[in-house]
Amino acid sequence: MLRYILRRLGASVILLLVVTLMTFVIFYVVPRLAGRTTEQLATMYVGRAPTEAAIQATIKRLNLDQPLIIQFWEFIKGIVLGADYTFGNDVVHCAAPCFGYSFQTYQEVFPAILERLPITFSLGLGAAVLWLVGGVAVGVISAVKKGSIFDRISMGLALGAVSLPIFFTGQLALAFLVHDWGLFPNARYTPFTEDPIAWASGLLLPWLTLAFLHAAQYARQTRAGMLETMGEDYIRTARAKGLKESRVILKHGLRPTLTPILTIFGLDIGLVLGGAVLTEQVYSLNGIGRFAVTAIVQSDLPVILGVTLFGAFFIVLCNLAVDLLYPLVDPRVRTAR
Amino acid sequence: MNKRVMGFAALSAAAALMLTACGGDSGSSGGGSGNGAGFDKGSTEIVNPSDAKGGTLRFAISANMESTDPGNTYYGYVWNFSRYYARTLLTYAAAPGEAGTELVPDLAADMPEVSDDGTEWTVKLKEGLKYEDGTEIVAEHIKYAIARSNFGDQALPNGPKYFQQLLDEDDYDGPYGGGDPLEGFDAIETPDDYTLVFHLKEPFSDFLYVLAQPQTAPVPPEADKGEQYQTRVVSSGPYKFEDDYTPGNGLVLVRNEEWDPDSDPIRTALPDRITVEEGVDQNEIDQRLVNGELDVDLAGTGLGPAMKGKLVADEEARANIDNPTTGAHFYVNINTKVEPLDNLACRQAIQYAVGREGIQRAYGGELGGEIATQVLPPDIPGADPSYDPYDAASGKPNVEKAKEKLEECGHPDGFAVNIGVRSDRPAEVDAVEAIQQDLAQVGIEAKVKGYPSDTYTNTQAGSPDFVAENKLGLTYYGWMADWPSGYGFMSSILDGDAIKQAGNSNIAELDDPEINKLFDEVVSVEDPEEQAAIYAEIDRLTMENAAILTGVFQKSVIYRPDNLTNVFFNPSWHMYDYMTLGTTETE
Repeated sequence: MLRYILRRLGASVILLLVVTLMTFVIFYVVPRLAGRTTEQLATMYVGRAPTEAAIQATIKRLNLDQPLIIQFWEFIKGIVLGADYTFGNDVVHCAAPCFGYSFQTYQEVFPAILERLPITFSLGLGAAVLWLVGGVAVGVISAVKKGSIFDRISMGLALGAVSLPIFFTGQLALAFLVHDWGLFPNARYTPFTEDPIAWASGLLLPWLTLAFLHAAQYARQTRAGMLETMGEDYIRTARAKGLKESRVILKHGLRPTLTPILTIFGLDIGLVLGGAVLTEQVYSLNGIGRFAVTAIVQSDLPVILGVTLFGAFFIVLCNLAVDLLYPLVDPRVRTAR
Repeated sequence: MNKRVMGFAALSAAAALMLTACGGDSGSSGGGSGNGAGFDKGSTEIVNPSDAKGGTLRFAISANMESTDPGNTYYGYVWNFSRYYARTLLTYAAAPGEAGTELVPDLAADMPEVSDDGTEWTVKLKEGLKYEDGTEIVAEHIKYAIARSNFGDQALPNGPKYFQQLLDEDDYDGPYGGGDPLEGFDAIETPDDYTLVFHLKEPFSDFLYVLAQPQTAPVPPEADKGEQYQTRVVSSGPYKFEDDYTPGNGLVLVRNEEWDPDSDPIRTALPDRITVEEGVDQNEIDQRLVNGELDVDLAGTGLGPAMKGKLVADEEARANIDNPTTGAHFYVNINTKVEPLDNLACRQAIQYAVGREGIQRAYGGELGGEIATQVLPPDIPGADPSYDPYDAASGKPNVEKAKEKLEECGHPDGFAVNIGVRSDRPAEVDAVEAIQQDLAQVGIEAKVKGYPSDTYTNTQAGSPDFVAENKLGLTYYGWMADWPSGYGFMSSILDGDAIKQAGNSNIAELDDPEINKLFDEVVSVEDPEEQAAIYAEIDRLTMENAAILTGVFQKSVIYRPDNLTNVFFNPSWHMYDYMTLGTTETE
């Protein structure tokens, strides 16, 4: 088991390095291949009306006049060891992991991401609980009551939900549920530690919107998996042993179905924690996703780069967690190793 | 379009405002529709005059604020808004209409005095003015503020650099080298705590406008942290930061008890608190304005397309809508160097071939912009809206005349040309497509080349080398003045001496000796009427050169919630004057 964990950890680190290299290439190498000069690259990192002196200073500061390998080395070094930035007469140390410094908002990227993390986490985790519990429950009931009115309606709804993008459902919900009918308050983030009720009520609508999309997929997946398992011989055996139907369904039917669910859940939760871009945008929640959107609009490259790496980190992390959870959920994985 | 407009104010106008304020109403509550003062009322008069103090004035913006630091910003809305906590030497009168373009002393005790040769400007400060911590505002702090925003390789990057260009200063490296920050900065003298003497390289009659820029707001050197100063700007105005500002988290301003209302000609300081929410989706901002849950869209550019479409069709809602010009002219540069447009008749053929109606339609019709017949927007002195050499006002192409001109330039069957556009701006792309269709009618085959807007002005259209290599004969562009004068609007885009290798705004590469000479002369002229006549002449010569295909003077559609008081559009800021606003939501 330990070897398995170490192997997965090693693979994750390598994967992150590859992502780092790729983002570096996209932001520093590709523009050069497209014909941008060093000066033009530097103007991306200074404000709106830079002087020639400021552009030259930026080239020096970002090592844009150095060979690419040195630039990459400095980039990695910053992430691992940190870097120093000068403001006026102050020198500020950007502690590791230093993802760089935003020349649009004048903030260090990593702390700025961390500051938005609670918002994205609150949104993502709350929605994840809803969609996992809701989706799986609907899927199980649909499978057990196959062909019933419930099954038909919920699967019809699920198909609709999967096809409706968040910028559509979100806008509809805002227009009707918030502005016209006043059933929900404006989406707003209040820290959980400050006021748990305001935290939940401010995020309820974004949770529901985000969960609506994902739950549909889980419901369909669970239903399909359950239908398959419930036809297996061992289910008949379990029933023949005289087990209660609820135990047959939950313990023997649901458990194998959960393996593929866990896989998509790992990916989904990683994606959402890296920034639920559309949901945050629609509900004006200043989480990581919206941070990324603003950065893209303003061509704030260090932030785009930081968020990309951060998002990749979560996807890798969640996949790792899923890999480590497999043996617990599915005994077959344990014996196969 | 990276230049922004500035604004200013007149004592008399402010007094008038105070007077009208006494008869104010305070009856309406909340936003919603139904009580509006009338369509476009706020463009010309003060709507909802009131002197009721209290309440919270709520701003929101869809992005983050560019910076809260008055020394590090080029956006008009920050120039307007930062006056809540940063007083400048001069500012624009708080008045609607033309009176709003007048300059008045803010920190200055009087209007500056200029020497006979026009190169030495002396400004006296009001005495006894204080920062939020009770320490006194002195001349050296203003000099320091100008140093940090203009000089050295660590000069704050976002703001304009007019002081650096105009002051007679060659070897000063900025305040951030260690040691005495102002050592060697001789172009501004501070003989005592209340006097500033500016030495210019050459006479520059528009220097008063430069003195109204937010870079003249005082900064105590010990509080300066370069770009990070925006975390907590030390207030000299009626409000101060409640907490440290973090970009993206918004800003809360509370009253600054050290501010002396008697020393201030323009600020009414009615609300008790001012809040700014950042990163609110534009649709959400618009919806909240209409619902009365928000007072002002900080960016000042008006409603987004969705809400605009909904409200302009609603008779009742129109009473809450203002429709002023934004000060921006959207036009096409006709490059004077790229073949065959180096030939005057070929350029004129384009002038006649394009009907301006198509461009206007791209901006949403008459509410989105009025057809431009010349370069200068109508509210800038020197503009003559009746001057229309190519019959642009008709909106229609003149195919016959265009063909005549094509014949004259040796391309009777037309020619091929490239037209550059910022492909991420839908209105501009639509306008270019309309132009393309009109040109095709006379055989001119225009090929559209799209570029991202964040690199367009620096790297593509703004680079003469790139324009030549890619034969960008036509380039779609927009322009706003940094201050409401002909020089402020035209010098960067029409003066041959302003052509530069990167970030070039004279994209037509118009280098006409007569125009250049007029620009050199006008900076020494002090009589406003004489100045206006020269600007009119520059405009006429440009149109004769056919270097600019005029498009539209853009207009915005702004929602004016009923709970806002003292609302009016100031033509200097091209948005509501934020310094007079109050709210009826005073609890």
